[in-house]
Amino acid sequence: MQSNRVLTISRAMAEAIGQEMKRDERVFVMGEDIATYGGIFGATTGLLDEFGEERVRDTPISETGFIGAGVGAAMAGMRPIVELMFVDFYGVCMDAISNLAAKNIYFSGGNCTVPMVLMTATGGGYNDAGQHSQALHATFAHLPGMKVVAPSNAYDAKGLMISAIRDDSPVIFMFHKGLQGLAWMDWPETAAAVVPEDAYEIPFGKANVLREGKDVTIVALSMMVHRAMEAAGELAKEGVDAEVIDLRTLVPLDRETVIASVKKTGRLIVVDEDYSSYGMTAEIIASIAEEDPAMLKAPPKRIAYPDIPVPYSRPMENFALPDAQKIMAAARAMLPRVAA
Amino acid sequence: MTPTHEQLAWMYERMAKARYYEDTLAAIYMEGKSPKFDIGSGPVPGEMHLSAGQEPCAAGVCVHLRDDDTVTATHRPHHAAIAKGVDLNKMTAEIFGKKTGLAGGRGGHMHLLDPKVNFACSGIIAQGAGPAVGGALAAKMQGRDSVAVSYLGDGAANQGAFHEALNLAAVWKLGVIFVIEDNSWGISVPKSKSTAVKDNSVRAAAYGIPGVHVADNDTLKVFAAAGDAVKRARAGEGPSLIEIETYRYYGHFQGDPELYRPKGEVAALKAKDPIDRLAKHMVEAGAATQADLDGIRARVKAEVDAAIQYARDSAYPEPEEALEHVFA
Ligand SMILES: Cc1ncc(C[n+]2csc(CCOP(=O)(O)OP(=O)(O)O)c2C)c(N)n1
Repeated sequence: MQSNRVLTISRAMAEAIGQEMKRDERVFVMGEDIATYGGIFGATTGLLDEFGEERVRDTPISETGFIGAGVGAAMAGMRPIVELMFVDFYGVCMDAISNLAAKNIYFSGGNCTVPMVLMTATGGGYNDAGQHSQALHATFAHLPGMKVVAPSNAYDAKGLMISAIRDDSPVIFMFHKGLQGLAWMDWPETAAAVVPEDAYEIPFGKANVLREGKDVTIVALSMMVHRAMEAAGELAKEGVDAEVIDLRTLVPLDRETVIASVKKTGRLIVVDEDYSSYGMTAEIIASIAEEDPAMLKAPPKRIAYPDIPVPYSRPMENFALPDAQKIMAAARAMLPRVAA
Repeated sequence: MTPTHEQLAWMYERMAKARYYEDTLAAIYMEGKSPKFDIGSGPVPGEMHLSAGQEPCAAGVCVHLRDDDTVTATHRPHHAAIAKGVDLNKMTAEIFGKKTGLAGGRGGHMHLLDPKVNFACSGIIAQGAGPAVGGALAAKMQGRDSVAVSYLGDGAANQGAFHEALNLAAVWKLGVIFVIEDNSWGISVPKSKSTAVKDNSVRAAAYGIPGVHVADNDTLKVFAAAGDAVKRARAGEGPSLIEIETYRYYGHFQGDPELYRPKGEVAALKAKDPIDRLAKHMVEAGAATQADLDGIRARVKAEVDAAIQYARDSAYPEPEEALEHVFA
């Protein structure tokens, strides 16, 4: 079916969930304010009306309990989608995520499945301070046993969500608040996209080369993809030809696409809204160093959140957030000839 | 336990101050957010949870407290902060993200922290309960009779942290008063759909501690229940649980479309406003004249207006200050 519908990420997510619920009786959703409210970030809007309270369940504020229940239900033949409202709340329920959801397949020697999706909101930029603004990609990607997804646009969000629901392993679907297309938060229009009406899957572990270039590789995911594209557009005016890679999933990680790109450009910038140390940026750079450091014509650069809690006040948060300016400065430093 | 005239005046003042503060903040919050509402714009960005209507829970409890007592509040902290005596200028500057704020603009509205009066709050539901237990534990180990109050919403009473903290305080006989502000909502989820018992006060029985239910946002009843609990705590007799039926006039957060809320609920609640009720009682009991009350209102208005002006006039932090104070 041909369609030029442009959807926001939140609508694409809700559509994907609704289509899978229709297709598969075992799929259901639970979380705080996901029913009447439709999800604080709109990921379940309209589902209550269509599927009713049995399959679209508001939960008490009991994350350890209901995420643990998601694990149990998944192992007992259901396919739950569970929302943890803000990823920052992981502290009250990390045990259910990392010691149960992520380990039970292993503990069964592969004799069980845990087909559960945990969706959760990430990211800052709206002055909500240190307990509601973190990205925390690496915290989850670091612990084995979970697949970790972080879309940058609505087309990917739908396809990745459908893949997540159909996957027999636990998947953490980390969506950025500032990309959801909400009426009450600023968002880059490039996050909305043409989304086919039919269901489709996007395979995990396949990065998307959004822009081809020969001078420098910029690797990003989620919100930072938009910052990277902005930087690449500006750099082009200065004669710098940047390649931009959207990782789409952190686990599994598409190292091949990154390596192939850096082989071509010889330069690497990795951008992440998560904390700088011990993070995704280090992982990507390590992958290049392990493969062949000689492919680099300049030292690689990570642009990530400094190792500080997210500050509330606007000037301080803006200072800390990675942005196009920082990416451009890094590119210029790597390509002194072009900048001169 | 009945309040003295001084205590009545104190509670009235704190409640009036909190109410005027929040109504003022509600208006300022909208500055810079029109014609397009964007949560990150304007002088007060980020989420804003207002507690207007819930003042009895703050004043009726904190009237019994001293500076050396600990209060841990929720994500809806302003009324409690004002009742506990947090510096109003610094608190307001913090909410505006200014350099002169309690944390120099690092924490903001949900993370007000004032060690001078032992006040803290947290945006993570029920996570004030543990630190309150810790405050009371420290007092006991140091031979002091300071107590700790942990505020929680009715939604928070379904968190593991709440139950673990209750048990810990009971087992160790610590001077903790757990105060549940039951405004019957957890964002859009009504208490009836999230909580298996009608009254959270009965949960105290599971930990062998007293549990009191205070009906209808009644300041005097809060005063009495809290007075007993604080006395008990100071005497080393252990923790208590107080559940207060209270009202939330504003949405869960500013900008909340409140599509879940029955029409007319707020108007019905406002018709029995707790501040008006307290004022009426004070006049009838001969504790104050209308002129006295008007005087208090004028005074708190001036104080709040000055704090707002102080916050507006203060400078923003330098961007690089974001890197400071990660460690001691
Ligand atoms: C651990 C955790 N889970 C979820 C949230 C999101 N959240 C913020 S306030 C709130 C509702 C709280 O309800 P209640 O405890 O009754 O307090 P009220 O807002 O009514 O004052 C929720 C679910 C959170 N901040 N922390």
